[in-house]
Amino acid sequence: MVALTYHAPESLEEAVQLLSTARQPVKVLSGGTDLIIQMQGLIQDERLVVDVKKIPGMRAADWTEDHLILGPSMSCAQFTKRQDIQTVFPGLVEAAYLIGSTQVQGRASIGGNLCNASPAADTIPALMVNRAVCLIQGLNGTRRVNVEDFLIGVGKQCLASDELLVGIELPKPTARTMDAYLRFIPRTEMDIAVAGAAVSVTLDDDGVCTDARVAIGAVSPTAILVPSAAEALIGTRLDDDALLAAAAASSQAANPISDRRGTVEFRRHVVGVLTKRAAKIAADRVGEV
Amino acid sequence: MSEAREFKHIGQRTIRPDGFDKVTGKANYGADLSLPGMIWGAILRSPHAHANITKLDVSRAEANPDVLAIATFEDFPSVNAAAQRDGTQRDGMMDTACNILANQKVLYHGHAVAAIAARSEAAAIAALDLIDIEYEVLRPVLSIDDAISAQAPILHETMMTQGLAEPATKASNISARMELKKGDIEAGFAAADVIVERAYDTPTVHQGYIEPHATTVVFNENGPSMIWCPTQGHFDVRARVAQLLNLELGQIKVVASEIGGGFGGKTTVYLEPVALILSRKSGRPVKMEMSRGDVFRASGPASASQSLIKVGAKMDGTITAMQATLHYEAGAFQGSPMGPGCMTVFTPYDVENLYVEGFDVVVNKPKVAAYRAPGAPQSEFAAEMAVNELAKKIGMDPIEFRLKNAAKEGTQTIYGPKLKVVGLEACLEAAKASPHYNAPIPENVGRGLAAGFWFNIGGQSSVIINLNPDGTGTIIEGSPDIGGSRASMQMMAAEILGVAPSSLNPIVADTEHVAYNQTTGGSRTTFATGMAVVEAAEDIVEQLKARAAAMWNVTAEQVDFKDGVAHNLTGEDQLTLADICASAEKTGGQISGRANINARGAGPSFAVHICDIKVDKETGKTDVVRYTAIQDAGKAIHPSYVEGQFQGGAVQGIGWALNEEYVYSKDGIMENAGFLDYRIPLASDLPEIEAIIVEVPNSFHPFGVRGVGETGIIPPLAAVGTAVAEAIGQPISSLPCSPPKILKLLMSAQ
Repeated sequence: MVALTYHAPESLEEAVQLLSTARQPVKVLSGGTDLIIQMQGLIQDERLVVDVKKIPGMRAADWTEDHLILGPSMSCAQFTKRQDIQTVFPGLVEAAYLIGSTQVQGRASIGGNLCNASPAADTIPALMVNRAVCLIQGLNGTRRVNVEDFLIGVGKQCLASDELLVGIELPKPTARTMDAYLRFIPRTEMDIAVAGAAVSVTLDDDGVCTDARVAIGAVSPTAILVPSAAEALIGTRLDDDALLAAAAASSQAANPISDRRGTVEFRRHVVGVLTKRAAKIAADRVGEV
Repeated sequence: MSEAREFKHIGQRTIRPDGFDKVTGKANYGADLSLPGMIWGAILRSPHAHANITKLDVSRAEANPDVLAIATFEDFPSVNAAAQRDGTQRDGMMDTACNILANQKVLYHGHAVAAIAARSEAAAIAALDLIDIEYEVLRPVLSIDDAISAQAPILHETMMTQGLAEPATKASNISARMELKKGDIEAGFAAADVIVERAYDTPTVHQGYIEPHATTVVFNENGPSMIWCPTQGHFDVRARVAQLLNLELGQIKVVASEIGGGFGGKTTVYLEPVALILSRKSGRPVKMEMSRGDVFRASGPASASQSLIKVGAKMDGTITAMQATLHYEAGAFQGSPMGPGCMTVFTPYDVENLYVEGFDVVVNKPKVAAYRAPGAPQSEFAAEMAVNELAKKIGMDPIEFRLKNAAKEGTQTIYGPKLKVVGLEACLEAAKASPHYNAPIPENVGRGLAAGFWFNIGGQSSVIINLNPDGTGTIIEGSPDIGGSRASMQMMAAEILGVAPSSLNPIVADTEHVAYNQTTGGSRTTFATGMAVVEAAEDIVEQLKARAAAMWNVTAEQVDFKDGVAHNLTGEDQLTLADICASAEKTGGQISGRANINARGAGPSFAVHICDIKVDKETGKTDVVRYTAIQDAGKAIHPSYVEGQFQGGAVQGIGWALNEEYVYSKDGIMENAGFLDYRIPLASDLPEIEAIIVEVPNSFHPFGVRGVGETGIIPPLAAVGTAVAEAIGQPISSLPCSPPKILKLLMSAQ
C-alpha cells in the first residue's frame, strides 16, 4: 500500500529533527509545484513529506540594514507583488514572474526553485548575479553557502539529509546597480527555459560599468556565473563591442546538451544573445533611476 | 434552395444549450461516470518501439488477490489464435485488434500489450509489474526515408505493396501506392516558362484534444452491455467492439459522454473493447483512463509526410502543370490518409495537366488517426508553398495568381467529379478586399497567404423530434457535438417550426434511442444531421397542419403553417404550435417527427488565410502578429460557431507549422509526451484570429450549408511557412518552423 507520511513542523528545530531521524526517504515540501509532479508514478514508495511552510520566517521577506532576508517558501505571487523588492532586484522579480502560470506562482517559491536545482531554473541565475547566500540549518548548527556553490549537479544541491534551506540572504546592491533576467522559450509563457541569462551591472555617473555579474542557465548541468562575460562589460560604456564580447563569453562558457527543447548550437548562440540583451536592459534600468 | 431568404433564427448568435453545464462543471465527460462495484483497468505498455514479445506470462498477476481480470490479444475471439486455427477470423479486424493489444510483436513505444483490472487504480497499476514479459528488441524504423530504404527492418512480414504496376513479390514497409492523373503532365511542363520544384516535409503531430480517452463499461450477459465514452461516433464504437468481440450490435449500447475535443482523434477505439473484456471476466463495471502521456504515445496522431512538388507556369500566370509525389507515415499499421492527401493536393487549381503519386508507409510510431481534413494539410502545404514561390518568381501577387488559376464550377478534379458551385474565387476576392491584405507589411514581418480545399461529406443521419403537450420539444439526434452543433440543430428546427430555439432541447441520444448515425467527422454534422433535423421538423409541420385541419374540420391542404402558427385558409382561425400540442390528445395523440436520411450533395469548402509573422533574427523565434481566416460556409447557421471553427482550425494549423512535433530518440522513445514539451500554441502566443465568413450557398442543403469544420486547418501551414520565408528571406521546406531550425537557416545565410 501507499505509505506517505506528512508532517508540517512549526519550528526549525522540529523540522531538522524530523529530517535527521527519518527512516524513510524524505521530501521537503515548499510550494510543491515540482515535488508533486515528481512524486507521481512513485506512489508505491514509502516516504516522508515535510512541509516547511508553517515554520516562522519561511514565507517572509524582511530588510535588515544591509540585506534582504528572503524566506525560501514565500510564494512567487507574493514575492513579485512586493514593490520594495521590485525596485531593488527587478531582474530577480522578473525571473520569479516567469515561473509557470499565475496559478503555479501562487504556490511556487524561490527556495523551491533553488533546491529543485533544475539546470533551467529561472531564479537561480538572477540569485547568482545578486550574490545570494544560502542560509542552511542542520542538526549541528548553521552554515552559509554562496548560491553558486550551493548547486552541485542536475537536480542536486549540497544540502545534507538533516539540513534545510532556511533563508536566502541578498546583499543590498551598491548605488547605480541594476539587474535583469531573460530566458528563451519558443512560446510566450508556461514553458521551461531553453537558455537563460541574468546580468547585474553597476555604472558610474559617466555611464562606465564599474562592476558586473553575469550568470547563465539551461546551458550546463547547473546555472553558472560567467566571470569572463562580466569582465567584458567592466570598464566599458556597454557599447556594442562590449555587449558582443560579453555575448561571446557566455556562449563560450555554455556547455549545453541537445534535447527536445533545443540543440547545442542553438542554446550556445542564444545564451549569448540573451546576455547581451539582459546587460542592455540592466544598464537602461540604472539610467531610469 | 436558398436564394436571399429572410431567416428568423438562422444566422443569429444564440446561447449554446450545452454551454452553461460546461462552464459550471456540471457536464459529464468520459472520466466522470463511476458505478457501484466498479473496478479499474490499467494497461501494460511497451517500453520499446519495435520488438518481438518472446514471453508473456500473466500467471503471477492472476494470482494476486487484488486482480480481478486480465486481458490480452487472445481475448479477441474475432482474430485470436483459435479463430485463425478455425478459419473464422474477421480479416478486417486484425490490425485494429493488434493495435489495441499487441499480438506477439510491439510496433511503437507505448503499444498496449496487456490489461489488468483490479480493485483500485493503484492496485491495477501495481499489478502490471507482476506480468512477466520479455522482448527481443528490434531496430526501430522512424522515418519515411528509413522505412523505404533497402536496409530497413520490415514491420509486417506479410505486407505487400498494393497498387504497383507489377504485383509486389516481397514484403515492404510501403503498404500502398496510388496514382492520379489528368491531361499530359510532360506536355504541361514543356509549355511552362517557369518551373518550381521542391521537397517538403511535415512532422508527426497530435490533435491535442484536452480530454484524454476514458471509458466506463458494464458487461451484461442478459441484456445490452453498456459502454460510456467520449467519442465522435458512438455507433462506430458499437460496431468496432461488436466485431472485435463477436457480439451483435443489439448486445451493446454505447453512450456518448460530453467530449473534450476530438478533431478526428476520437473516431476509433482503444480502451473500450479492453474494458469490456475485463468487465465480462470480472463481472464488474470497469473504468479505464489514459494519461496524457498515453494519449501522445499511443492514440492516433497525424501522419508525418514528405512531398515532392513540381509546378510550372507561363509568364502570364497560367499554371500549365502540377506534379506531386507524396509519402505519408501510417504509423505502425497501414492506413494513412494518403488517399485524400493525393485527391486534395491540387484541387484549388483549374489546371489541364496533373500527376499525383502517393505512398502509404508504415513506421514504428502509433497508428495515425484522422485529424481535421486528414491528409490535406500535409499535401496542400507543399503545393501552396510551391505555388507561392512560383507566383513570386513570375512577379505576380499571390491572390491574382490564384484567381487566374482558381478552381470553379465545372473544374474537372483529378479524383473524378467536376466541381459544382464553389466559393474559392469569392474567398480570394474577400481576401483581396480584407483590411489585413490591404495593410502595409510592418518592418521585420513576413506575410504569407495560402488557400485550402476539403471535400466534406454527407452520409447517414437519423433524427426524431418529440413535441411536448406545452409546445416545447426535444430534438433527439445521434451526432456527438464537438463544435456547437446542438445549437445549430436547435436553430434549424426552430426556423422550420417557428418557435424559439430555446424551446427545443437537442440531445445526443445513445445507440439504443435513435437509429444509426455516421460519426461526427468529415464536416458532416451541420450539413447532414442538419438536413435530417429539417426533414423531421417538416414532418412535424405536416402533422401540425393535419391536426389543425382536424380541429377546424377542414382538409390539411386548407391549412397553412407559417412562423409557428397554423392558419385556416377558409377563414380567420389561427392556432399556434403550442395550441395544437395542447390539444394533441383529442386529435390523435402526441406529435413526433422523424427523419432517416443518407445525405448527398455535401458542398466543398474552400478557405484562404493570411498570416503576418515577425521573426527575431538573433534567436529564430517567431511571433504571429496578425492572422485572417476567410472561408466559405455556404450559409452560417450560427456565425459564432462557424468563426470558432475557422479560428480553431487556424490555431491548430499555426501550431503544426510553428512548434508542434513528436520528438523521438534514436531508439524510438517519444521524448515529449506532454503539453510542456509538445508545444501547442497558447492563447498568449496568438493575435485575435480575424474570421471572415463567405457564403456561397450549397444548393443541396435546405439552408445552403457547407461543412466548415476541417478546411480551416489546411491553409495555415503554408500561410505561416510563407510568412516565415518572407521574414527571413530564405525558402522554408520543413515544418515545424521551430526556433533552432529557423536560426540555422538565418546563420547559414550569413
